[in-house]
Amino acid sequence: MKEIALHLLDLAENSVSAHAKTIRIDVREDFRTNQLIASVEDDGDGMNDEMVKQVIDPFTTSRTERKVGLGIPLLKESAEACQGGLKITSAPGAGTKVEAIFQHSHIDRMPLGDLPSTFLTLTLAHPEIHWVFTYTFNPPYKGSIRSYEFDDQPIKETLGELPMTHPEVISYLRCSLEDGIAEARK
Amino acid sequence: MPNVKSLEDLKKIRDEAIKKRDIKTPGARVQIVVGMGTPGIAAGARDTLKEFLNLIETKGLTDIVVRQTGNFGLDSMEPVVKVKVGDEAEVTYGKVTPFVADQIMDEHILGGKVVTANLIPAEVK
Repeated sequence: MKEIALHLLDLAENSVSAHAKTIRIDVREDFRTNQLIASVEDDGDGMNDEMVKQVIDPFTTSRTERKVGLGIPLLKESAEACQGGLKITSAPGAGTKVEAIFQHSHIDRMPLGDLPSTFLTLTLAHPEIHWVFTYTFNPPYKGSIRSYEFDDQPIKETLGELPMTHPEVISYLRCSLEDGIAEARK
Repeated sequence: MPNVKSLEDLKKIRDEAIKKRDIKTPGARVQIVVGMGTPGIAAGARDTLKEFLNLIETKGLTDIVVRQTGNFGLDSMEPVVKVKVGDEAEVTYGKVTPFVADQIMDEHILGGKVVTANLIPAEVK
């Protein structure tokens, strides 16, 4: 994977497979603490401790139970290579949260990548799921924390019977995500 | 195109579309499904899906549904895309770069002719 945004897409697909109804993706670029934190949180099936161990290390156990592949181990390795790490909080029936932390300035940190594209494709291609995305930017030196939140629930309510993949709706969503994130980053 | 962002703007889009009877749900004419498992994503499936969305947006197409799904199990062929037009049989394409997505849109979805160069034959599936 070349981008953190692609890893988030991959993690979100795991949440979809785990029958999540609501999926939250949070990205925080914090220049004060020199951290980049990205997380995906769902209300899906959840995992017991044994399963969590399996998804983190694919080579210690036989692959029969889980559907999750190499995405999580690769992300863990990347995060650890950048003075960070990967944390999974999960319990059966209580959903799963996967959080990756990177040292922002680390030379080996992969780029954040194209977040608007990741969010746009998820929202449009899984309309049955309630998506909430937040992007937070804490600038270096001066200036206050800026945040952008995208919640597709009010959008779906407004659309009614109009499908999300209507060309003008795609345009609306694309502009909202691109401008919202760019604005927070200014 | 002006940047539209508020829900009010979205309401305008909705009302305009309803006025034009621009809504063809349920049962869109064309269904595009992009494989978004880890191998698909690593091979560039997101940019392929994005290209289909760009084409829908720029060409103003209202009868196409785009979805994504998990791994199709054709890792060496990723990104893999399934296309179903009307009552015709579903077609599976492999190695669908954004360039190939353009071809599929023009030749297959709009032109009615399958793009044979990227076709995955039934015996492989």
